[in-house]
This record gives sequence, C-alpha cells and structure tokens, in this order.
Amino acid sequence: MSLTTPPLGKDLTGLEPLSADQIRVILDTAEPFKEITERRVKKVPVLRGKTIVNLFFEASTRTRISFEFAEKRLSADTVNIGATGSSVSKGETLVDTARNLEAMSIDMVVIRHWSAGAAAFLAARIPSNVINAGDGAHEHPTQGLLDILTLRDHFGALEGLRVCIVGDVLHSRVARSNIYGLVKLGAEVGVCGPRTLLPAGIEELGVTVFGHVEDAVDWADAVNVLRLQLERMQDGFVPSLREYNRVFGITRERLERAPRRLLILHPGPMNRGVEIDSDVADGPHSVILQQVTNGVAVRMAVLYLLAGGAPHLAEAARDWTGS
Amino acid sequence: MSRLLIRGGRVIDPAAGTDLEGDVLVEGGRIGAVGAGLEADGADVVDGAGLVVAPGFVDPHVHLCEPGWEHRETIRTGSRAAVAGGYTAVCCMPDTDPVVDDPASVGFIVAEGRRAGGARVFPAAAVSKGRKGEQLTEFGEVVDAGAVAVADAGRPVESSSLMRLALQYARSFDVPVLAHCEDAGLARGGVMHEGVVSTRLGLRGKPAVAEEIGVARDLALAEATGGRLHIQRVSTAAATALIRRARERGVRVTAEVTPHHLLLTHDVLANYGTDYKVDPPLRTSSDVKALREALADGTIDCIATDHAPRHYDEKEQAFDDAPFGVVGLETAFAVLHTRLVRGGELTLPALLERMSTGPTRALGLDGGALAPGRQADLVLVDPGVEWTIESADFVSKGRSTPFEGEGVVGRVVRTLVGGETVWRLDEGPLRRGPGPSDPAGT
Repeated sequence: MSLTTPPLGKDLTGLEPLSADQIRVILDTAEPFKEITERRVKKVPVLRGKTIVNLFFEASTRTRISFEFAEKRLSADTVNIGATGSSVSKGETLVDTARNLEAMSIDMVVIRHWSAGAAAFLAARIPSNVINAGDGAHEHPTQGLLDILTLRDHFGALEGLRVCIVGDVLHSRVARSNIYGLVKLGAEVGVCGPRTLLPAGIEELGVTVFGHVEDAVDWADAVNVLRLQLERMQDGFVPSLREYNRVFGITRERLERAPRRLLILHPGPMNRGVEIDSDVADGPHSVILQQVTNGVAVRMAVLYLLAGGAPHLAEAARDWTGS
Repeated sequence: MSRLLIRGGRVIDPAAGTDLEGDVLVEGGRIGAVGAGLEADGADVVDGAGLVVAPGFVDPHVHLCEPGWEHRETIRTGSRAAVAGGYTAVCCMPDTDPVVDDPASVGFIVAEGRRAGGARVFPAAAVSKGRKGEQLTEFGEVVDAGAVAVADAGRPVESSSLMRLALQYARSFDVPVLAHCEDAGLARGGVMHEGVVSTRLGLRGKPAVAEEIGVARDLALAEATGGRLHIQRVSTAAATALIRRARERGVRVTAEVTPHHLLLTHDVLANYGTDYKVDPPLRTSSDVKALREALADGTIDCIATDHAPRHYDEKEQAFDDAPFGVVGLETAFAVLHTRLVRGGELTLPALLERMSTGPTRALGLDGGALAPGRQADLVLVDPGVEWTIESADFVSKGRSTPFEGEGVVGRVVRTLVGGETVWRLDEGPLRRGPGPSDPAGT
C-alpha cells in the first residue's frame, strides 16, 4: 500500500460516498488486523488514549459488541450509551447529544440510529470522527465491508463476481451498503425478493432484479440472505412467513439445484426456517461465522484509518507483540 | 382619504389583459383611474419609472400558526411577511391549536388580521370539526364570521362520503373546498417522493399515485356535486392531466402549485436537507415539467406558497423527525420571476395573473384587478434589481427556505393595501420579527 493512498476523510457514513480505492484500502488494512484477533494477547496500542463513544439509539447486540471488541483490541477507551436509561430516552435531541459529546472532547463516535441520515447529521455537527453503525434503512457500511471482505477471502477477486442479495431489500441498510460497495468494486449485483419488498427504482443503482429465487440462485456465485423481520408480515408486505419460506427461502433443495457451489452469507440475526433453512445456515456453503470474525477486523481497520493511521503501518501494528 | 398617483410605470392588469405604460390613480382606498398622463391634482406622486405596477399578490395557502404555534409565526408577523413579498391578501389555514372550526376562532383571526398592519388575512375554516374527518363544521356560521373557504389543511378528508357532503353543503354558502388530495393509506409515513432518491437514501417515500388517486376522487366528487373544488399544492404530472381533462368537461375546479414544486426536484434531497422537506414532496423532473406546462396553459391557475414557518430547532433534526414545511411569502415572486419569466417559460403578465387574479377568483375575493372602483391592493416591482435571498433578513419568523443564498432578479419595492403603503423596500433594512404598532414603513 503506497503512501499516496487516499485517506478516508473524517467519517464513515456509508459506502456510497467512498471511492473503490478507499474501499480497497479498508479491506487491505483489515488483513493484518484479522491475525491479531487470533493471537493469545489480542491487543495493540494503536488507539491508546483515544476515547470512543458507542451511541446506540437502537438495540443491537452483534454490531455493538463487534465494535467494542475492535475498539478494545486497539486499546481505545470506550463508553457505551444505549437508548434506554440515557438522556436519549428523556427526550434529548440528536443535536444536544452531539453538543454534549463535543464538549467532552470525544475522539470518535460510533452511532446507530433509526433515522436514515442520522450519522451524516451528527458528522456534520461535531469535529469527532463519526462511524455509521446503521442509520434507518440507509446504510450499514461496516456490515457491507465485512460481507465484501468475506467474499474476497473466498473468491480472491471481486471483479465480475455475481452476488445476489435476497430478501427485504426495501427496509435493508445492509443491502444498500453491499450494493454500493460491490458495484464500485466491479462485482455484478442482483437483488431478489417479493416485489413488495424491493424499493422503487432499485435498478437505477446498477443491480439486476430477479423475481424468482430459482433464477437468482441459477445466476449467482454468492447469495447474501437478508433477515425478514417479523413486523413485515404484520405490515402486510408478505402474507405469511410460511409462504415466504416456500417461495423465497434459501433451502438446501434450491442450493442443490444450482449450477455451481454457492457461498451463503447472512448478516444476522437469522430467522431459521424463514429466510434461510437451518441445514443451509449450518452447512458447508455457509460463511456466516466467518462474517462475524471479519466484522471485528474490518471495524478495527476503519477505526485505525479514521484515527489517522497510515495503511502501510497496520502491518507494523501486527508485529507489535503486546505486553 | 388620501390620493396617490403612481406615475409612469409598466401597468399590468391581468384581469383585463392589459399591459401598458401609464399611471395609476388611487383615491379613497380604491383605484380611481388607470391611463397615460393622469393629472396629480394634489395627489401624492410616486415615481413608477422602471417599475411594474400590478394587482397585489394573493396567496390562497399560508399557515400563520396562530393560535397555538406562535413560536413559529403569528398573524402579525405572517401578515407583514406577506406584504414584504408583495402579497396584499392571504388565506390562512385552520390547522392551528385549537383548530379553526367555529365562529369564535374565525373571528379571532379576522380581528388579529385587521390589527396586524400587513396583508389582509382571510381565514379558511376546517372542513371537519377538529380536522378529524368525522363531522362537518358549521359552514354557515364560519362563513358569516369571515371564513372564505373550508379546508382540512395538511391532510385529506379521508372519507369520500364526508368529502361529498362538504362539496354539496359548501354550495349553500358559495365557498370553495380547499382540498389536500391524497390517498392517506398510500402516503402514510412517507417523508419524500418515492423513487430512486428515496431508495438511495433509505427514506420512506410517498408514491405519486397517492396524489393521483386523491385528485381523481375529488374531481369526480366535484363533478358529481357541482361543488367548488380548489386543489391544493399539485405536485405530479398525473394530477395536472386529470385537472386539465376535468376543466375541459366543465368541472368547477381551481388548482394551485408552489414555487418549490415548480423549481426543485427530489434530487436536492441527496444530503438529507430538511429545508427541502415539504408536503407533498418534491418530485421528479418530468413532474416539474408538467407543472410548468399546466401553469402556463392555465390548468393550474394559482401560485400558492404554502408558507409554513417552523422554529429553527424543529428543522435541526434527523430528516424523519423534522416537520414538513418551508416559508415562501418573501421569495415567491423573485424565484419565479428569475427562473420562469427570465427563463422564458412564462410571461410576466401570466405570472402576475397566477399570483393575483387567479387566486382572487378561486377564493371569491375583491382585488386582483386594476379596474376603477376596485380595491387599491397594489404591488410595485422592480424587475431588474439583483439580490440574494438571505433568510436572516426575513420578516417572517420562519427561516427554513429551500432558496437560501440563491441569487435572484426582481423585487417588490412597495406594497399598498387599500391604497395605503404598507411596505417600502427603501425604508431601510428589512424588519426582523414583530415591529412597533406602526402598521407599515410609511
């Protein structure tokens, strides 16, 4: 990695604003951090003295813990703020929360919020680095990055790779981040799901739409299966989960009929027996747990780069023996 | 009462279809004479050289926020903001707290409007009690108290049955029903136009078809009942086509469009700017094109600002949480003159017609014409002056405008209501907020 590599800028609000080079820098920087997570002493001092707030307006287990591990393994000091039991639940506005963080000289904020655009809103108002951990149905860039890293691990190159995102694309920030990132890196992206859950004009984002999951499976090299939230049935987007599984579920039968061995990703948490069958989730096609492992490495890379770390020094960080 | 001679301007009377160099004599609050070489004969003389003299603008759709939301705007500040933008009359919506749905609240607005010292204030009363869509307001009583129209404002009358009753019942009082045409179920929860931009941003969209269905329904009901329907804030190409066909069939319909729907598309929302969060939402470029055509051919006969002031911290929120609405009274003429008239898409007389005569006719008001004997509600415009829109200078309490920082050409320099000058640009900097009780910069 050369010294002239473009930096990420102050924030990571999404993959849409990034260039292909910037995304590659993050993926490459994640490589040395992967190894750290496999060591006995899983800690390097590259963010020592930095303070990071994990500001989660929406409940999250996986993403919050993954960020927290990434921060701790880089030796940052972290504080978690959840929606319940904090000033947020007492009616404080996002602006006031931002100003309070600014007054405490926080170095970085990881934010999850139910409103699309909330991360960019915060980023525009505080000098700290802001990392979007999911804003409404907009983006979840670190999830997109870890999915892409997992694909790269398996296929080597992303150019020309066919990845189909199956499920509730309408409400999915994971889908959007994957689409932006994969299209920039030269992959072919498909989306598949009931028309009620595919957003207007999705073709204009450069993706191919599949109405039948059989066609999607036939076409793809890898399938990223989105979680179907149970509320979608209550809101009438799909008549029943049983029918959803029958028509759009990723089942072993469907995978066995596919012309090639498909890689199966799922951002979690899974609804077994709805969007994905257990024997697929637990089977040889699945890289779902590797995604989780890669999540920590990717988040370490993002934190490191936003804090001003040079990509080529991440290698040096790996050689730090810790103490 | 005083006499005033405006000498040597370009006098445009859209009602009469005249456009001539000449003078306008104002006597006793009314137009005395229009013509060339009128004698001053003791009247105060205003030099109209280089200016356009026209009927004062009439806005069929403003929110003055009083009672209940005085931190956003008051009848006083809104009425004064109106004259700063050349408006001599405004029709204010009843979506206040409490809702304007009885004679007492209509009377309050009329009385406050008279004291405000700006534009004439004509209240619209709610179609339904409490704007709940269940039971009709007493149209007779609210009209007696001074309401010029009925409107549930900001939401459709969801029940087709109640909407039909409203159109029928309003005929007894000869007032229009101002309709927010939208299928509520389809639009529910939407914060912007449903399309590729909402998909990209991950925001919930309002589909164009929600407006098309609402407009089709209300046109059908107007046709069936013979009631006077005024369609508020048309935003889609499909709606303009429906209105055009209904007019051809002789349906009694008038329609309005806002400056922002005429000039902006959903693409401006790319950065979640809440100053672009309006309802109905900004649509696509093909909708904008259709709206401009409909305005030019008279299918849409009124410009309305939908002036909806918001407190600054209400807009300083994540997009989903910020309220809809922008101010428009002080910028409408300038932005439309700059972009549509100077852009060659609309003649100046046509713009003036849609800003005065059209709304006057839709609401059944006096004004909107320069014929002798008519109310002397006038605007003097300098069509060549260049200026920059800066919300900090607004008379309105509202600061949220989608045109902040925009360079524009053409500005209102004097506004007269009932023959009295109530606004003069050269009286110094624009007033900020409520001023002393002196009603105008005289």
